[in-house]
Amino acid sequence: MMDGLAPLLAVNPVPWARAQMAFTLAFHIILVPLGVSWAAMTLIANYRGVKHGDSDALRLAQRWSKYMAVTFAVGAVTGTVLSFEFGLLWPRFMGQWGEAFGVPFAFEGLFFFTEAIFIAIYIFGWRRLRPWTHWWTGVPVVLAGILGSVSVVAANAWMNAPQGFTLDDSGRIASVDPVSVIFNPSMPLQAAHMVIAAYVVGGFLVASVYAAGMLRGRRDRYHRIGFIIAFSVAAVAIPVELAVGDSLARWVYNNQPVKFAAIELVPTTSSDVPETILGRLNDDGTVSGGIPIPGLASWLSNPSEGRATVVQGLDTVPADERPTVRQVNIVHLAWDVMMGLGTLLFLVALWYGASWAFRRDMPQSRWFLRIAASTGVLSVITMEAGWIVTEVGRQPWIVYNYMKVEDAATSNTGVWITFIAVVVLYLALGITTILVLRAMSRRFRLQDGDFEDHDVPYGPQTPIGTDTTPPEPIRKRS
Amino acid sequence: MSTVVAAALLLAIVLYAVFAGADFGAGFWDLFAGGARRGEEPREVIARAIGPVWEANHVWLIFIFVVLWTAFPEAYASIWLTLFVPFTIAALGIVLRGAGFAFRKTVTRTRYRRLLGAAFAIPSVIVPYCMGAVAGAVASGRVPAGGRAGDPVNSWINPTSTIGGVLAVAVTAYLASVYLVHDAGRLGDDTMVEYFRRRAVSAATVTGIVSIAGIFVFAADATYLASGLTSRALPVVALSVVCGTSSLVLLMRNTHRAARLSAVAAVAAIVVAWGVAQWDYILPETLTIDQAAAPAGTLGALAVATVLLVVIVVPSFALLYRLDQRGLLPEEGVDDTTIGTSAPR
Repeated sequence: MMDGLAPLLAVNPVPWARAQMAFTLAFHIILVPLGVSWAAMTLIANYRGVKHGDSDALRLAQRWSKYMAVTFAVGAVTGTVLSFEFGLLWPRFMGQWGEAFGVPFAFEGLFFFTEAIFIAIYIFGWRRLRPWTHWWTGVPVVLAGILGSVSVVAANAWMNAPQGFTLDDSGRIASVDPVSVIFNPSMPLQAAHMVIAAYVVGGFLVASVYAAGMLRGRRDRYHRIGFIIAFSVAAVAIPVELAVGDSLARWVYNNQPVKFAAIELVPTTSSDVPETILGRLNDDGTVSGGIPIPGLASWLSNPSEGRATVVQGLDTVPADERPTVRQVNIVHLAWDVMMGLGTLLFLVALWYGASWAFRRDMPQSRWFLRIAASTGVLSVITMEAGWIVTEVGRQPWIVYNYMKVEDAATSNTGVWITFIAVVVLYLALGITTILVLRAMSRRFRLQDGDFEDHDVPYGPQTPIGTDTTPPEPIRKRS
Repeated sequence: MSTVVAAALLLAIVLYAVFAGADFGAGFWDLFAGGARRGEEPREVIARAIGPVWEANHVWLIFIFVVLWTAFPEAYASIWLTLFVPFTIAALGIVLRGAGFAFRKTVTRTRYRRLLGAAFAIPSVIVPYCMGAVAGAVASGRVPAGGRAGDPVNSWINPTSTIGGVLAVAVTAYLASVYLVHDAGRLGDDTMVEYFRRRAVSAATVTGIVSIAGIFVFAADATYLASGLTSRALPVVALSVVCGTSSLVLLMRNTHRAARLSAVAAVAAIVVAWGVAQWDYILPETLTIDQAAAPAGTLGALAVATVLLVVIVVPSFALLYRLDQRGLLPEEGVDDTTIGTSAPR
């Protein structure tokens, strides 16, 4: 019996390790935009509230900070799981490359500390800190959120463009230049692309909730301000995101030609490469289906040479050093999804901007609100697709041209069990998070119109500030 | 340089133990606070005490991992390959307890509060046990060098790991109860001061007994550790005994402030004693700190990060704790007081 079970339990860990890493990252990356950009939106509302005495904006800011407390906690614990997974799933990667790859994380740690400390001060400080003091305690959260994601992306970018180390004869790292590890060539554009994406996705996610509320007839000032702040942040960010993404694609063309060939579905090196929308690569190396736009991929890769630009094909590297046909198709489809939805979101932002420019107000039509209500989910899908492009496009490498994923994974054969456990736990976590946020929102609505004096932020102005004054005793629930 | 980074790593473990450890211990007391009605008051003190600080305290763990994988990658690979199971349990437990704690305060129904409370409290006991078992595995030399996996079961289910795990749970509960005496006092709740004081006395006693038992177990099961504890680490061990005993006496005599300081010193000394006892090995008797260390460039970057930590993060922490202790961070947002009392109209 046990002899029969043993091989059953001993499953090759590599595909499971990849699945678990992909799943936990895909989950965590949804919380990242909220952690990075929601604090900034909250500070905008808070600023309006304090500077202009806008009580709706103030109420919005303090409620957002309460939702943020929940999403930040979930982001903190799911982020911790990722740091466990470096060891649980990729110990051989860390064992060989930790001294270089790990460097950006040392600085990420600093920023995460700063973020966690000041978000606590901000969230818990509403009642008793002075208004502007309180506002300023939110600023480090915004800065640390940006710099923290830059640090993490720097590590990921290093996997795409490894440098800043020398190897000895046995292939081990002999020396490290931490500055060139962090500021690797892929880092500036990749980091900018992710940080701005955080503002795009965070803005659309928050705005979509208020758009849905307005569709249900809650067209009060509170919902309007909530929508305008969040949607404006996203609408300002998305053109920048498109421009940065364009530069990043060109960087990939120049530096990760195989990834670029997968993106553009280019089996053999040629010029005048079409931009194929949808379509798929077949096992025999031909491309079928899809709508080819003649020469566009070449033209976009280098506009100065136009359609004559040569794009390197997948067949320029051996089959075991490039993504498989299936992976190529995933990368290409994810690319199309990112481009398609990204363009759509840009057009929605344009609509919004035009309405402000010509009518001095946000669009009022129900169609706009319906689309706006869906931008949250759409922008998350766009971001996930972009992340799939960069990760699957790097396969089979974990460190581009230095180490393959299969050589990096753990030898523990029980990863399939932890994968199932993680999926079950995260599904429960995701569902509970949504239920909790909805319940909070429902309760806030019931409370509206039920504000007592002591519920106003920054009140009451009772003399405190002495160590001897005990805070009010614990409220007894009856 | 490797010595400096190893010392920074040990210091980070000390800070994780005395700050985040107490947050885990708070979960221990939450678990054993009794039914919904009887446990309401202590749970409220616990929620208020760790609410603003637990996430920031938790980051020390991330920092420990980062220093370990960056500065000592070979040892890191060996440790994680070997101790896959306890680390997996700890990771899942950390998700459950963090989410459970954050969610619990947003719900009002007893049924949900109980469920989420269990999600917070049960892993709060299991996670420190796993961490202690991991420490025991390393300290007893069960993790081989060379980025290889040791025994996946025996490495963490063995006498030293058992003592390590039990000691970790006892220490966290001990620290938490001592802190909670202070927090209950800050909230002006004398009943709860006495409640946690009694528990602090028990926890201090249990921690002392487990530590003494540990010495005998180590002598048989972890000889290198034991010889270190009785030689170069002996002054630190003695300091821990003195501080632990005096915190017990101070607790019994109701001198809470001094009791808190000596409890922190006692726990810090336990962690430092472990580090000094297995010096200069990172994996006892197979891999020294010097052999395991990353190249100078990496260690330099970590030293810079550590200096920045002292310059930026430590003052920020000081600010957080100071505001918290002065009661300036009473609760999230402002309108919690109406939750539950406002009826739909």
